[in-house]
Amino acid sequence: MSEKLIVRVTGLTKDFDLGKIVVKVLKGIDLEIESGKYISIMGPSGSGKSTLFNMIGGLDKPTQGKVFIDEVDIAQLDAYELAWLRCRKIGYIFQTFNLIPVMTALENVTLPMTFAGTPGEEAVSRGMKLLSQVGLVGRHEHKPAELSGGQQQRVAVARALANNPAIILADEPTGNLDLSTGEEIISLLKQLSQEEGTTVISATHDFKMLNVSDQVIWIRDGRVDKIQERADLEIHTGGMSS
Amino acid sequence: MRRLIVLPWKKSIEIAYKSIRARFFRSLITTLTLVLAVSFLAFSQVSIDIADTMLATGDPSLCQMLLRCGYDILPGDTSLAASPKQRWIITLSLLVCVVGIINAQLMSVTERFREIGTMKCLGALDRFIVRIFVMEATMQGFAGASVGAILGTTSAFLAALFRFGPGTIDLLPWPAIFVSTVTALATGIGLSLLGVLYPAIMAARMQPVEAMRVEQ
Ligand SMILES: Nc1ncnc2c1ncn2[C@@H]1O[C@H](COP(=O)(O)OP(=O)(O)OP(=O)(O)O)[C@@H](O)[C@H]1O
Ligand SMILES: [Mg+2]
Repeated sequence: MSEKLIVRVTGLTKDFDLGKIVVKVLKGIDLEIESGKYISIMGPSGSGKSTLFNMIGGLDKPTQGKVFIDEVDIAQLDAYELAWLRCRKIGYIFQTFNLIPVMTALENVTLPMTFAGTPGEEAVSRGMKLLSQVGLVGRHEHKPAELSGGQQQRVAVARALANNPAIILADEPTGNLDLSTGEEIISLLKQLSQEEGTTVISATHDFKMLNVSDQVIWIRDGRVDKIQERADLEIHTGGMSS
Repeated sequence: MRRLIVLPWKKSIEIAYKSIRARFFRSLITTLTLVLAVSFLAFSQVSIDIADTMLATGDPSLCQMLLRCGYDILPGDTSLAASPKQRWIITLSLLVCVVGIINAQLMSVTERFREIGTMKCLGALDRFIVRIFVMEATMQGFAGASVGAILGTTSAFLAALFRFGPGTIDLLPWPAIFVSTVTALATGIGLSLLGVLYPAIMAARMQPVEAMRVEQ
């Protein structure tokens, strides 16, 4: 199918200056991610997955190197374009859900649509549709505190989908969920990538993720260790059902 | 520009209103500081307005009464403008109020770092964040300052009635009282805005990750 590159990362490094010492977290990462793929980023804790993530998502600035989204260097974007990118092009899912506590499930889902200029009624009806798509019918009036972790993460998934993003960035989306809820979230993401052609990039420790991934990028100590295609994976995992 | 990000005014007012409601007690404390300062300001100004009219009548018994209430009248005075001491107290009370409000707003902004970071991830521009906080402060300021102004003006009336007797009602200088009340109201709203501006701008400028990393 289309071999279009949606994300390209070249020579990416990130140092954190802690005053006395400088922590080198990313030490030169080069990546090319094709549109429509389901990518998992695996690696031990502290290897720099979240840091890489924040760079790809334009949530933090690299020390060196460049991130291209659709062949546009995001360091060159002004504040408006960057906000537009975060709003329309990328949907974020976090390990800690990060819903807005004072808003209901529906308001959380419609907020990105408000920023995108979607008229109120249209946003509400789309929000309700998304909530039912993630299996939360009848919960739209609930505040995050009244929902379980899994339900909150579903709201977060619905919110990430609000503006039909081209990319979904998920940082350990199943990290705070139990096994079966985690699986449901994963299959939801997989379904999306297949049906809508959304590129899903997900950092994880969760080996369940491997089954659905088209490509697995292993990160070790701030560098890309190896990249496995789905074909290689099936040999190693003995063709697990997906 | 085609790549437009928007936040309609109606929506920002709605968000601000919900935030205030969700944190009712915190908002109440911030607002109370304001009520106190504004009512004090309104009370002093309106009392002076009333005393001025009393003086203007030229009635010796009323002048006597003013003297007894502690106003310094020199022969030939037509206005009783606030004494330096009184002005000093008003200024101090407003200063304390500003510090209190800045403190309360700083805490409420810090508490919401994660929320702010999340909003920025969803595409909020810096000025949307500032705008939401400014709306909140305006609403709080308006509520607090109105209550304060009404409270202060009413107490000044009551005090005047008590001192100068029921006859004062006919003499009340309505235009001057109106001006004083509105000035106190505006000062209150202004203070509330002043208190929120610094923390809001600081919060809006953070990178989304910085904001979200903060421990709650
Ligand atoms: N703001 C920061 N300041 C200093 N060091 C940081 C900062 N953020 C991350 N680090 C360091 O960078 C390294 C990688 O962190 P990162 O969060 O990217 O790891 P990770 O691969 O996502 O780990 P996990 O799987 O546990 O989430 C860690 O050693 C961490 O201490
Ligand atoms: Mg991480």
